[in-house]
Amino acid sequence: MDKMKFENHYMKQFDEELEEIRTRLMEMGGKVEQQLQNAIRAVSDADSKLAEEVIKEEKFVDEMEVDIDEACILIIARRQPAASDLRLVMMVTKAVNDLERIGDEAKKIANHAVILAGESKTSEGYTEVRHLGQSVVSMLSNALDAFARFDVDAAMRTIEEDKQIDLDYKTALRELVTYMMEDPRSISRAINILWVVRSLERIGDHAKNLCEQIVFVVKGKDIRHQ
Amino acid sequence: MNQNASTAGTKPAKDAKPEAMQTLELTDNEATVGQCFTDKPKMSMRNVNVFYEDKQAIHDVSVDIAKNEVIAMIGPSGCGKSTFLRSLNRMNDTVDGCRVEGKICMDGEDLYAPKLDVVELRARVGIVFQKPNPFPKSIYDNVAYGPKLHGLADSRVDLDEIVEKSLRKASLWDEVKERLHQAGTGLSGGQQQRLYIARAIAVSPEMILMDEPCSALDPIATAKIEELIEELSENFTIAIVTHSMQQAARVSHRTAYFHLGRLIEVNPTEQVFTMPAHRLTEAYITGRFG
Repeated sequence: MDKMKFENHYMKQFDEELEEIRTRLMEMGGKVEQQLQNAIRAVSDADSKLAEEVIKEEKFVDEMEVDIDEACILIIARRQPAASDLRLVMMVTKAVNDLERIGDEAKKIANHAVILAGESKTSEGYTEVRHLGQSVVSMLSNALDAFARFDVDAAMRTIEEDKQIDLDYKTALRELVTYMMEDPRSISRAINILWVVRSLERIGDHAKNLCEQIVFVVKGKDIRHQ
Repeated sequence: MNQNASTAGTKPAKDAKPEAMQTLELTDNEATVGQCFTDKPKMSMRNVNVFYEDKQAIHDVSVDIAKNEVIAMIGPSGCGKSTFLRSLNRMNDTVDGCRVEGKICMDGEDLYAPKLDVVELRARVGIVFQKPNPFPKSIYDNVAYGPKLHGLADSRVDLDEIVEKSLRKASLWDEVKERLHQAGTGLSGGQQQRLYIARAIAVSPEMILMDEPCSALDPIATAKIEELIEELSENFTIAIVTHSMQQAARVSHRTAYFHLGRLIEVNPTEQVFTMPAHRLTEAYITGRFG
């Protein structure tokens, strides 16, 4: 199994700084994962209060992004990292961007949850959101787990999950179009659901990016766009 | 959702760190990894061993240096990189008890052939040391000394031309053209180092060896020398020993990593500093051992 092997630097402070950005990235990942779960639940339970919370908390994710980026810049300026250290720092700067975008998408989902909660309480479209949502949450969770362990095999397996998510997304789109054709009164609602599944699909792409970056850190191989 | 894999709010797994750490020891039969050889080498070294009395400083090093290439040699103190560099123009001949085995050829010519003129060799393969050491003469004479010694100038006009050309190539001309006849020792450290380089260039070398040429210089003087190295590589082949990894990353095309007298890895510089092929190179350039 391909995993990252760490040994200590001569400068202990450097070790601590690298450990710090890893830990903070994981904390940010955990926060984003929670935001996503809550946003999906807000849609499926028509819980506008929970949705408002997700919207409110998005700014904490933004703050985390700025803080971690700053820590990475400081490491580059102070330590001039090379090889695996350099790859790690570069990965973290890219990963925070992906996580922040996931946070944005969760916020978008929450915005739609608020609108949906105010509409009629039919269950059309919820199955699609719940199904896709579960897959996306699981994928993000697996991506973060692969990062925590620097596990390339797990990252590669998680990348594969995105294919299924794309398929499920297309299926959901078809079903939503069917609802709209069957009952034009559901168009407004279906469009909101459509934006939600679109966000979920985008989150899958960001989780895939995370996994590609894990492969880059551990193996030095850039597998993007392949 | 996979609950076991959930990482919400957790810190990196503790077991991620020491997982099956590879030993950083080197085995005797370990071969150099990477791209050691080129099709048309300017200089080629094969199975080079260097001894100081009974102590072996270099173990079985084989590598090529391509024409107009800048190759950087890095490694911890005492790893043999300077010893190896100095064996390329037989500077080690002057060290008592030093013995070089193996083959070192330039353009196919054996540099350790008994009949080879060592003084001429050192003109063809110039060397720049850590500390600039100008002759206690004028700037002009410092540069003119070599060409005069090797009979490269037929007249004063020729000599003037060589001096100007060399100082220009060393990016020093504009700073010293008004005071060519003042003492070279009056120049700043960075200027003295460039004077030293001009002196090496003046005898039309084919190759320039640099042994930590910037370690006594401030960052601006260092930047000037580094810029110069890039310009010089258009005309010369350069091998540079440096303790600054950033410098190696900036100026060289390939980087060679030495460890305990062995050549561990030679690879394109961009690869060495982003994805080194050997665990010892990785450990060294990331500061994991000294």
